[in-house]
Amino acid sequence: MFSWLEKNPFFFAVAVFIVIAYAGIVEVLPDFAQNARPIEGKKPYTVLQLAGRNAYIKESCNACHSQLIRPFKSETDRYGMYSVSGEYAYDRPFLWGSKRTGPDLLRVGNFRTTDWHENHMWDPISVVPGSIMPAYKHMFSNNANIETAYAEALTVKKVFNVPYDTENGTKLGTWEEAQAEVKAEAQAIVDQMKNQDVKDAFARGEIREIVALIAYLNSLK
Amino acid sequence: MHPGNALNYDYTVAKYFMFATLLFGIIGMAIGTLIAFQMAYPDLNYLAGEYGTFSRLRPLHTSGVIFGFMLSGIWATWYYIGQRVLKVSMAESSFLMFVGKLHFWLYMITMIIAVITLFAGVSTSKEYAELEWPLDILVVLVWVLWGVSIFGLIGIRREKTLYVSLWYYIATFLGIAMLYLFNNMAVPTYFVSGMGDWWHSVSMYAGTNDALVQWWYGHNAVAFVFTVGIIAQIYYFLPKESGQPIFSYKLSLFAFWGLMFVYLWAGGHHLIYSTVPDWMQTMGSVFSIVLILPSWGSAINILLTMKGEWSQLRESPLIKFMILASTFYMFSTLEGPILSIKSVNALAHFTDWIPGHVHDGTLGWVGFMTMAALYHMVPRMFKRELYSKSLMEAQFWIQTTGIVLYFSSMWIAGITQGMMWRATDEYGNLLYTFIDTVEAIIPYYWIRAIGGLLYLVGFFMFVYNIYKSISVGKVLDKEPKSASPMAA
Repeated sequence: MFSWLEKNPFFFAVAVFIVIAYAGIVEVLPDFAQNARPIEGKKPYTVLQLAGRNAYIKESCNACHSQLIRPFKSETDRYGMYSVSGEYAYDRPFLWGSKRTGPDLLRVGNFRTTDWHENHMWDPISVVPGSIMPAYKHMFSNNANIETAYAEALTVKKVFNVPYDTENGTKLGTWEEAQAEVKAEAQAIVDQMKNQDVKDAFARGEIREIVALIAYLNSLK
Repeated sequence: MHPGNALNYDYTVAKYFMFATLLFGIIGMAIGTLIAFQMAYPDLNYLAGEYGTFSRLRPLHTSGVIFGFMLSGIWATWYYIGQRVLKVSMAESSFLMFVGKLHFWLYMITMIIAVITLFAGVSTSKEYAELEWPLDILVVLVWVLWGVSIFGLIGIRREKTLYVSLWYYIATFLGIAMLYLFNNMAVPTYFVSGMGDWWHSVSMYAGTNDALVQWWYGHNAVAFVFTVGIIAQIYYFLPKESGQPIFSYKLSLFAFWGLMFVYLWAGGHHLIYSTVPDWMQTMGSVFSIVLILPSWGSAINILLTMKGEWSQLRESPLIKFMILASTFYMFSTLEGPILSIKSVNALAHFTDWIPGHVHDGTLGWVGFMTMAALYHMVPRMFKRELYSKSLMEAQFWIQTTGIVLYFSSMWIAGITQGMMWRATDEYGNLLYTFIDTVEAIIPYYWIRAIGGLLYLVGFFMFVYNIYKSISVGKVLDKEPKSASPMAA
């Protein structure tokens, strides 16, 4: 059998492929539909939050921070209620991370404020002495990519039926409506911030990355 | 070719990929060393503004080493071994020669764009698959070209039976093709909405499903690049260098098919105590333990190849590199299953033990084997003696010291973190804040960074030795049969 395969590369390759692929079919597929179901009351991200999420991904925050609380007392004491599958139904991609150089952020919105995040991103040691996190000052001068975030929301709405614009869902609307929505949401955050450059930019109609990022972090509850 | 005439193998493409291996080795390891120092001394994050932070550099380090250094190494050896075990020269087929060169150049273009986009923060966030969709397509093209090269060369072969190394190359090709395609399925947002950045995409899977697909990929990319691709090399180079036949053909068979069947099941061990169903976590855990058998099967087969010939270990630094590589392979494939046991995983997951585990595999097994392979190939590809044996010896010990410092410090750091995170006082309150646990492991970050630096220094010695060999090494009049000739 094997010596025959070793002389017939085509069948050898087919055999290898079947042996490899088998595990995926048994393990990965069965629970796909089940895991995709959102928990009750879960809403899709707003456009500003999505823009912040993309900024989070751009800086690879997930390289050091997890978003997965394991069902241990030490973790639920420290970070809050453990994770359940349905909470992640609108997370494309998932951001569980694989290493905690910093703490878990899944429910960071419950215990940190806009003000705290602002100081932390500008100068981490000012709020957490001994922190080894880099400062992200450039997020105070780069503009958030609202248009791409809107494009993403529209895409998941069209392609994956993510419930935007439904009753009790997140409002998306047209690009003009979405911009007004983003502006109102950003206004509330900018009002709580101290950085003058961010405030001035917002007055000129520009939304900095830090504003979007804080909108996203505040939504993590 | 007439019977009795020696074949003239054409190493053009193998040489290209060898240079790429050296280049990406330097880049990937240098960035790795830098980010290791950043964790011990955070001010190093500000060397290049937003482009110098740990978080931007980390994907560059992993991609640079995995897809730059290791894959180049695998391809360099493929373009060398492939011809030799199939008894056919690439010079015989202008088509395959063209495919080989195209493979290389398209790969270089892909890597250059990958470096630029990762610096710019264009990322999908999926570990070891951070590239956005246009680059994914380029990667697929590169991969297809390699497939054409493999099956093209097999198609015109003279040797009918596929040598063990070829099984593994074929498996690397098929495994990664399947995993990469499924994991990188994404919808480009511009094409659906008509606005925003054209390169932006959104994953086809959400939440838990995305995690499932990602770790099915992530774990098995390790399998089919780090494990399978490197076993292909040692099965060829160790018997060649030592002049000994492989210990057991049956064991090769058992280990190969066992590895193919078991490896993918174990991906679930990345998701223990996550939100994937419990039975998957258990399967991941159990199959990780089972995985010891085929992994050790290969390693034992390799080590027993040296039976009765252990004196060679003392004589030849090249044999040393290969045997230490296999030893680290055994170590790492024992450590992995231990980390997959649920109770151990509860402690070790998210800690520095995990990068420690990855690095005893990559530095010890993959790095040592890749360097040994290039050392073996150079005298045959360039018809020159290796420049310096004593430099090789020194490199060996410096790098080994580096690895030991690396993994031992990360073991201690990981266990310390895990214990401190869960420690409670007599009333059940948490004893430490998170920052306490960070401060406690800073000394180990220093040790790790120094370990990494030693390995990097050793790599520079390796590159220097190769450079000197191909420029001033003594010219050989005929190809060495087994042990590679090296000057004192």
